[in-house]
Amino acid sequence: MAIFAYIQDDINTDLLYPGKYTYLGTKPSDIKEHLLEDLDPTFKDRVKNGDIIIAGKNFGCGSSREQPNVGLKYVGIQAIIAKSFSRIFFRSATNQGLLLIELPAVVDAYKEGDFIEIDSKKGVVLLNNTQFNFPALPTEMQNILKAGGLLEYIKENLK
Amino acid sequence: MGETFVQKAFGNRIGKKLKVNEIVFLEPDYILTHDNTAAIIKKLDEVKSDIKVKYPDRLVIILDHVIPASSEKTALNHKEIREFVKKQGIKNFYDIGRGICHQVLPEEGFAKPAGIVVGSDSHTCTYGAFSCLGTGIDRTEAAGLWITGQTWFKVPESFKISLKGKFRKGVSAKDLILTIIGDLGADGANYVSVEFHGDSLQHLDIDSRMTIANMGVEMGAKFALFPPDDILKNHFKSRGWDFSIPVAWSDKDAEYSLIKEYELSEIVPCVSKPHAVDKYSSVKDLQGLFFEQYLIGTCTNGRISDIEVTSKILKGKKISANVRLLVLPASSEIYSEASRAGFLADLAEAGATILPPGCGPCLGAHQGVLAPGEKCLSTANRNFKGRMGCKDSEIYLASSETVAASALKGVLTDPREVL
Repeated sequence: MAIFAYIQDDINTDLLYPGKYTYLGTKPSDIKEHLLEDLDPTFKDRVKNGDIIIAGKNFGCGSSREQPNVGLKYVGIQAIIAKSFSRIFFRSATNQGLLLIELPAVVDAYKEGDFIEIDSKKGVVLLNNTQFNFPALPTEMQNILKAGGLLEYIKENLK
Repeated sequence: MGETFVQKAFGNRIGKKLKVNEIVFLEPDYILTHDNTAAIIKKLDEVKSDIKVKYPDRLVIILDHVIPASSEKTALNHKEIREFVKKQGIKNFYDIGRGICHQVLPEEGFAKPAGIVVGSDSHTCTYGAFSCLGTGIDRTEAAGLWITGQTWFKVPESFKISLKGKFRKGVSAKDLILTIIGDLGADGANYVSVEFHGDSLQHLDIDSRMTIANMGVEMGAKFALFPPDDILKNHFKSRGWDFSIPVAWSDKDAEYSLIKEYELSEIVPCVSKPHAVDKYSSVKDLQGLFFEQYLIGTCTNGRISDIEVTSKILKGKKISANVRLLVLPASSEIYSEASRAGFLADLAEAGATILPPGCGPCLGAHQGVLAPGEKCLSTANRNFKGRMGCKDSEIYLASSETVAASALKGVLTDPREVL
């Protein structure tokens, strides 16, 4: 499990997925090709299932484009831990079944080479040997996350 | 304790008083999608093949982002959308040429006081100019709304921004909102409903309000709201629409997590520097900076007042050699009005390139893409790295007055020098 640390504020949706690609490929595999292209061009080739991203405040600000979330879910990002998330991005991540954890203390304490383990059920992030708790999401969002995303949640409820 | 406008507007729909942070399920009046409709159609199929949209009359689909189609792929997207519109019996469809969704939706009368419009576009907050609760959602949520007709909303906390006095000559709504975002920061209003109050509102017309509300999301706002006052009432009457206000504007004793006041006469022409909207500078401090490209248009500043002031600055003159000026009226209505008034002829003669009503170069997908090392001075709402198609270029944001004056001189210029 690797940790991708982008400790800067206001990482916007153009950095996560440039606007010029938004009307081209829509399949997750197409999205992966340009994922984080202008932030870290090496990301897409290095990322593996279960990896974690750490970032500063207002992560995902800007456009309502969902390709960053779709792509990050597809490549297997376990969770993004940030100081805060932008509103539309936060909603969209839940809709894709991607776990976002708002924990400024973890971001502040993190140093390269540190170990992180997440227990989403208990709401706990373990940074080396220190435990940090994060609050549970509202029930409505938990239900969507549990189903694996909004469309899966709707599918279950259509039955 | 009184209530904010969002508490009233949400509460009115479910018949109870709402507290901040409470979560409610509501049916938006309209769900806006644009060229991204093609991708959303595919999501419907993922849920169930041949599924019918629950409320087809609540869909508003406007083709604006890459128009006319720039490639076989974008042409196919448009084609699939037209077929879907026919198949599902969607009447609120506006094909290419009608204009930018955030201009067209209000022109067609869908943005109403205390209405709820969600859009698969972050600048849906523009409708706050019409006291309408407009906010952005992603494509997946739009698909969900097409199927179920409803979604969850958190009742947001509110900010109160009071505006006093009048702008001085050469200063406009864009300078004000860039100043506010510079003060509050890119996340200063994250998840917040921002309300605009104060004596200045009587001087702020609909175009100005739309410019301000449009940029609410650039400080994270969920809504950016103006009151349903006489200016809005007169706007509705002038278009022959009924004006009804289901709930009154916020109470005087409503609770705000931030109250801030701006004196409009103290606002000066300003820019936002690369690569963040909250990087404020006065024009004076950067005077003389060279740009290869100048852009007037987009959902922030492509309205008739923007084209008019641009024409006023450039009529009978030529833009500087070695620079290019792109002008995009935001809708067919504005295009024809600007054309009939002679503004477009003035601009063409001054050396401007007039583009069709759409999003154009703003998102870097086509038209006016920048080359590495180039700089653009733009009236758009975003200057993120790579936004105009090239990560090695730079975008500065400014008012139409500043962009027009600067295109004339060929370098960043205070519009008060030429007005």
